[in-house]
Amino acid sequence: MSDPILSIRGLKKSFGALTATDDVSLDLYPGEIHALIGPNGAGKSTLIKQIVGEIRPDAGSIAFEGQVIDRLDGAARARRGLARSFQVSSVIPDFTVQQNVMLAVAGAGGHVFRFLRPALSDPGLTGPAQGYIAHAGLTGREQSKASALSHGERRKLEIAMALALRPKVFLLDEPMAGMGLEGAKQLTAILSELRREAPILLVEHDMDAVFALADRITVLVYGRVIATGTVSEIRANPLVRQSYLGEEA
Amino acid sequence: MTMNREFIINIMIFGLLIAVGIGAHLAGQGFTVTLATKVAILGLAGVGLNLALGYGGLVSFGHAAFFGIGGYAAGVLASHAANGDPLMFGFGGSNQMLVIWPVAMLAAGFAALMIGALSLRTSGVYFIMVTLAFAQMIYYFAISWPRYGGEDGLSFYVRNAFPGMNTLKPIEYFTICASLLGLALVFSGLVTQSRFGLALQSIRQNPQRATAVGIRATPVRLTTFVISAMITALAGALYADLNRFVSPSMFSWHMSGEIMVFVILGGVGRLCGPIAGAAMFILLEHLLGKVSDHWQALLGLMLLGIVLFAPGGLIGLITKGLDALRKEKADV
Amino acid sequence: MLLAEQLLNGLQYGMMLFLMAAGLTLVFGVMGLINLAHGALYMVGAFACAVVAASTGSFWLGLVASLAVAAAAGALVEMLVIRRLYNRDHLDQVLATFALILVFSEGTRWLFGDFPLYLKLPPALSGAITLPGGLQYPFFRLVIILVGAVVALGLWLLISRTRLGIRIRAGEADREMIGALGVDIAKLYTIVFALGAALAGLAGGLVGSIQSVQVGMGEPVLILAFVVIVIGGIGSIKGALVGALLVGMTDTLGKAVIPGLFARVMDTASANTTGSAVASMLIYILMAVVLLVRPQGLFGARV
Ligand SMILES: Nc1ncnc2c1ncn2[C@@H]1O[C@H](COP(=O)(O)OP(=O)(O)O)[C@@H](O)[C@H]1O
Ligand SMILES: [Mg+2]
Repeated sequence: MSDPILSIRGLKKSFGALTATDDVSLDLYPGEIHALIGPNGAGKSTLIKQIVGEIRPDAGSIAFEGQVIDRLDGAARARRGLARSFQVSSVIPDFTVQQNVMLAVAGAGGHVFRFLRPALSDPGLTGPAQGYIAHAGLTGREQSKASALSHGERRKLEIAMALALRPKVFLLDEPMAGMGLEGAKQLTAILSELRREAPILLVEHDMDAVFALADRITVLVYGRVIATGTVSEIRANPLVRQSYLGEEA
Repeated sequence: MTMNREFIINIMIFGLLIAVGIGAHLAGQGFTVTLATKVAILGLAGVGLNLALGYGGLVSFGHAAFFGIGGYAAGVLASHAANGDPLMFGFGGSNQMLVIWPVAMLAAGFAALMIGALSLRTSGVYFIMVTLAFAQMIYYFAISWPRYGGEDGLSFYVRNAFPGMNTLKPIEYFTICASLLGLALVFSGLVTQSRFGLALQSIRQNPQRATAVGIRATPVRLTTFVISAMITALAGALYADLNRFVSPSMFSWHMSGEIMVFVILGGVGRLCGPIAGAAMFILLEHLLGKVSDHWQALLGLMLLGIVLFAPGGLIGLITKGLDALRKEKADV
Repeated sequence: MLLAEQLLNGLQYGMMLFLMAAGLTLVFGVMGLINLAHGALYMVGAFACAVVAASTGSFWLGLVASLAVAAAAGALVEMLVIRRLYNRDHLDQVLATFALILVFSEGTRWLFGDFPLYLKLPPALSGAITLPGGLQYPFFRLVIILVGAVVALGLWLLISRTRLGIRIRAGEADREMIGALGVDIAKLYTIVFALGAALAGLAGGLVGSIQSVQVGMGEPVLILAFVVIVIGGIGSIKGALVGALLVGMTDTLGKAVIPGLFARVMDTASANTTGSAVASMLIYILMAVVLLVRPQGLFGARV
């Protein structure tokens, strides 16, 4: 197998007495969709937040493309290509779809200190933005305010913004949450496209989607990795069936 | 669509100010011209604060510091020019506005860099309290530093000079102030539409998201804070020349509060809001002042009413009114 | 000996600041509200004390009045205005409470005019006493120190030992939670606000007895209380106490010592002016240092 693009070693994080991340190690390889599953409160979001630099681990290390990134702040990690979507969808509500994506293009390029040129007449922003909007399936909605989008459209907008980072890794925290059956199906299709852009670390509760998309699965319980393996390995793992899939052993 | 309506309102407000200034001059009412000049200057101070507060969400309760620094830059340079004392490094002061303005803006920009770097380590209410406290520090410093008049302030007898203008004539000084205000509006308008403006507004609305697309919040905020302070300092320098007098009260928390009131009366984050706010404030001061010595109590009650019941400020009220009108028309 | 006197002065000043800061920080911790009008309540307390003491001849009644009137004013303002602000952003809170300052200040000026009032201390409290070591010290200042200490102890007992305290702490931890527990939040908030107001009023009444009572006396103290809270950490009574004592000491000692220090390197006249200018900035420099080292304040939890 080739070298992992994202490599997490011995990560630990406690909130007071609660250990939310307990000695977690995990690798993400090029081309794969790696699902991270586990019951509510298992520490999945906390793990994502540590990878993107929103919260600081107590111990352990994260390497990205072979380089340790522990000392980089969140913005620098994003510019390197760690693209994230949020569990609760998160866009700039007063901006239009186009402005949201232009913002991501500008941020990814690291060129936000330009003061006098109107962003809307800057082909360096509008051009790429148009492409990402189309890729995420939002063509025609460019001028809608983000706050006026439906839940599914907002998810798509987040994906367009993630694409604008020209990501090397996608970190998606429950992208299907709150979507209807139809929306989940659509998004599953988009995600299986997305893997061609970059590997995905996918936190998801929708088991149908996980089993349809994932190459490998890591199971987290009480902050601890109890199993990692291919889909069939995880399906067969008695520990997982017992402690997570809720079956009697 | 909203963009356009907003633009028309902006033009109307600025145009009205110009019209009042020129009209009053033609009617021979020098006092009203000076009142309009005051609106232009205080509006300019508000335009500066609005950049930080309205667009950046940085609730600075310390902008009097920059307003005062601008004023004292004018006062100190002018007093040295008048009495011939060298100021420093053999530089003897100046009574040229074209020298005074950059000095005022640079001095305030430097102060804002220091205050901002410290204050931006905090957020929310902390930021409000810290900016207020640092401004108060400068206020006390100005009071206890006797070289430039201490508590009594500093008068200068001739308004500073601008090439080709007689700055003592109300209409000519109004022209200078209104032109600078116009420039500042264009500048603010451009900045808020630029990449930087996008970044700034995104940080206000959703800092987590801004980080996730690679934007570091602190440098953007600090830059905004400094630019905002420089514009407010320019207003301070103009204000000093308007009154030909500076005093520590320019640094007072009350001044900070007033500048903030201009912004909010007009409507936060609206380009010309601060002008409308300043105009309303000065008009109230003028009109209520005739009714009662205690007009500030009335002002306070009005402010309370606006905060509690009309959160969009004046322009918010106007646009809401326009919307309602249009709807009625459509219904008919 | 002089130093001991300055230390006591600093302690007294610190205790007065604590009375102000405690209420502010409590209101912030429980309701998430920044209240600029806290200084106005301090002024209300001072005027109440001065007026009642002058008309009844009893300073003690005056002090009771400062507590009661400020608490009543606080409760009234909370019910009329403040409670509409809890769900607003800080900007609205700042503006509305700024407006309240204007109303209170002008209202007081309208009632009492611009001239400062002076309070006469009863003989039992005035004069100096001799402390162990031979230091003569104004008795009343000692009383202020004592009152501050008693209030600090009382607040600590209130918050750690009583039902009300449990609710206050629950409110700080989670506002929705205490609603779910069936506590009448509106009443709790009014009580907390009135309590903070009463403390500010008490501070005003006490200080009004050693300084003049006049319109606008509250705001400089309010800003100092902010400095105290930034140093101590928002929402923490312990932080307010430590911060207040630090600020009180720093300011008092700085003003006493710095001009003298400067006089060793420059002539007396300029040492006096430069020294006092620097001394007036000292507490803000202290605040800047705390911001650099611990932006959340000495006892603050959140960053
Ligand atoms: N900032 C925080 N402070 C304290 N506890 C937290 C914080 N963030 C998460 N937790 C706790 O850590 C645990 C893991 O949370 P989270 O990572 O959100 O779980 P998941 O995403 O797997 O549902 C939960 O028990 C949660 O309550
Ligand atoms: Mg989660």
